Amino acid sequence: MRTDVFFVVCLVVGAAVYGTAVALGNDYYFFAGYVVVQYVVLSTAWNILGGYCGYVNFGSAAFFALGAYSTVAMHRLYPVLIPLDVVIGGVVSGIVGLGMGYLTLRLRGAFFAIATLALAVVLQTLVVNWDYVGGSRGAYILRPESIPLFGSYIRYLFLIMMLLAVGAITVARLIERSRLGYGFATIRDDELAAEASGVPTLRLKLIATTISGALMGMAGAPFPYYIGFLQPSSAFGLDYAVNSIAMPLIGGTTSWVGPLVGAILLGSLQQIATVTISSAVNLLIVGFLLVGFVIVAPNGIIGLVHKYVQQKPAGPVGRADADAPETAP
Amino acid sequence: MIFSFDLLANAVISGILIGAFYAAVTAGITISFGILDIVNIAHPAFIILGSYVAYIINTTFGFDPILSAIVVMPAFYALGAGIYQVYYVSFEKRGQESMRGLAFFFGLLFITEVTLVLYFGVDYRYVEARYIGPTWHFGSIDIPLRILTPCLVSLSLIAALQLVLTRTFVGRAIMAVAQDQFALKLMAVNPIRIKRIAFGISIATASLAGAFLIIIQPVEPSVGREYIGRVFAICVLGGMGSLPGTVIAAMLVGIVESLTSTFYGPSWAPAVSFGFLLLTLAVRPAGILGR
Repeated sequence: MRTDVFFVVCLVVGAAVYGTAVALGNDYYFFAGYVVVQYVVLSTAWNILGGYCGYVNFGSAAFFALGAYSTVAMHRLYPVLIPLDVVIGGVVSGIVGLGMGYLTLRLRGAFFAIATLALAVVLQTLVVNWDYVGGSRGAYILRPESIPLFGSYIRYLFLIMMLLAVGAITVARLIERSRLGYGFATIRDDELAAEASGVPTLRLKLIATTISGALMGMAGAPFPYYIGFLQPSSAFGLDYAVNSIAMPLIGGTTSWVGPLVGAILLGSLQQIATVTISSAVNLLIVGFLLVGFVIVAPNGIIGLVHKYVQQKPAGPVGRADADAPETAP
Repeated sequence: MIFSFDLLANAVISGILIGAFYAAVTAGITISFGILDIVNIAHPAFIILGSYVAYIINTTFGFDPILSAIVVMPAFYALGAGIYQVYYVSFEKRGQESMRGLAFFFGLLFITEVTLVLYFGVDYRYVEARYIGPTWHFGSIDIPLRILTPCLVSLSLIAALQLVLTRTFVGRAIMAVAQDQFALKLMAVNPIRIKRIAFGISIATASLAGAFLIIIQPVEPSVGREYIGRVFAICVLGGMGSLPGTVIAAMLVGIVESLTSTFYGPSWAPAVSFGFLLLTLAVRPAGILGR
């Protein structure tokens, strides 16, 4: 399927979800849905670096928080429309992602992962000591009760996040099928051999960290308006880091479908668990699912589906199969 | 600000004392990450587990936290050996340790922390012992016993580990596993068994380090996160898998942190070790005493 067609299909699906939520008529669905869709963006972004290139980023929360805090800073400086905040958050996080790439991507594997963890703490310390955005006390953002065209404000935020998710998934799919994606795959499979064959690995990795960081920042930008009160400990929370790793790994990391499936399943599960049991238990569930899946099903849900399909005698397998249901329009 | 010599001396001394404690915290990582190449980012969580075990024994039976930590060390050893077995079967054998192995330990970190939160809540817990409280004064220099005691025990622990690694057969085999597994096989030693023992030892040190931690400061489950960056910074700075290097690097980090919090304020201290780490990784990944 061509990318523009795919984009339109995604838009239609997004609009359908939005329409269903409006039809249900309860704003709670928007509050819960916002978080799930936000995780779709985060896990898709993580997967661009983690799944395609094989570099584990433990610092997702830092990029997310950067986006959120650039919105807070803009709000203090000169309040603008949220879509502009999203762009600014994306640019800031993208630049930091590029910088992090320069600093750390010469490191392989584990060192990179540890360095991202370190980066998150350094950034958190900076924010805690930066009084302009509230420091450790946190910052209030008063959002208007309602907004023209959408009714309540949360619907507007949800729509923004939905558009971001559509954008992120389209970008991920585009990367997957381009030269860039093949380059990323060579890095994941054997970086040394890729370099020896003339793949510009450092440049590709820098592109990956920038795109991934920018998308995470964009996901974080509307967050202050959603939450109303932003604290460093909530913006840099470990649950963002663990979720954005767990969701792609549980869904499957090789294609854009994995993070989407993982985020929707795990995100909804967490929303349900938060309401019915408790918010601490839902994090425990994520932890156990993550450990269980990496041990039992290393290729995630998508891997399981492929395995099941392959066992059937005469069925198309692999990529062509994954595309088959979508060729209708 | 008037520069005060007393302040400087006190900061350096407390940095060295805290550094010795950091060395005990990092010793496990030096073995698992430095020597065995297993990226156990869950190590700080096991340290917090050690703190809570010491806390439970201390509050129910009134035993000394350090002694009780030494008593439960075999249990931690068994836990470590068990975790290594799972890790080996699920990841190392399949050659998937890089990404999924990391995720596995990240998950363990998370499970341990959340379980502790569910069970004990997020209140700060502390232990009681005779050496918590009194402080020795040497002129203008203060040495609190609650830091001196862990410091001394920690240095003896590391000396003992170093002796085991360099003098005993198993210890030498552990060092050999890092260099050439195949050669070790030719010597009729099972490298997996050796690695299991080494990983067990590394987790066993977490029991003692946890007791030190709860003696030095009150503990709640998420305290461990502060140590993730610190321990890896120290391990890398110390040259990956060298215990003497670990001690030097730990004291260096301790001194710099203590100077930072004395002269700039405690809220900047966490950034120091991470800044150190980023700098080391960018400039000299081999560390101070690198191979």
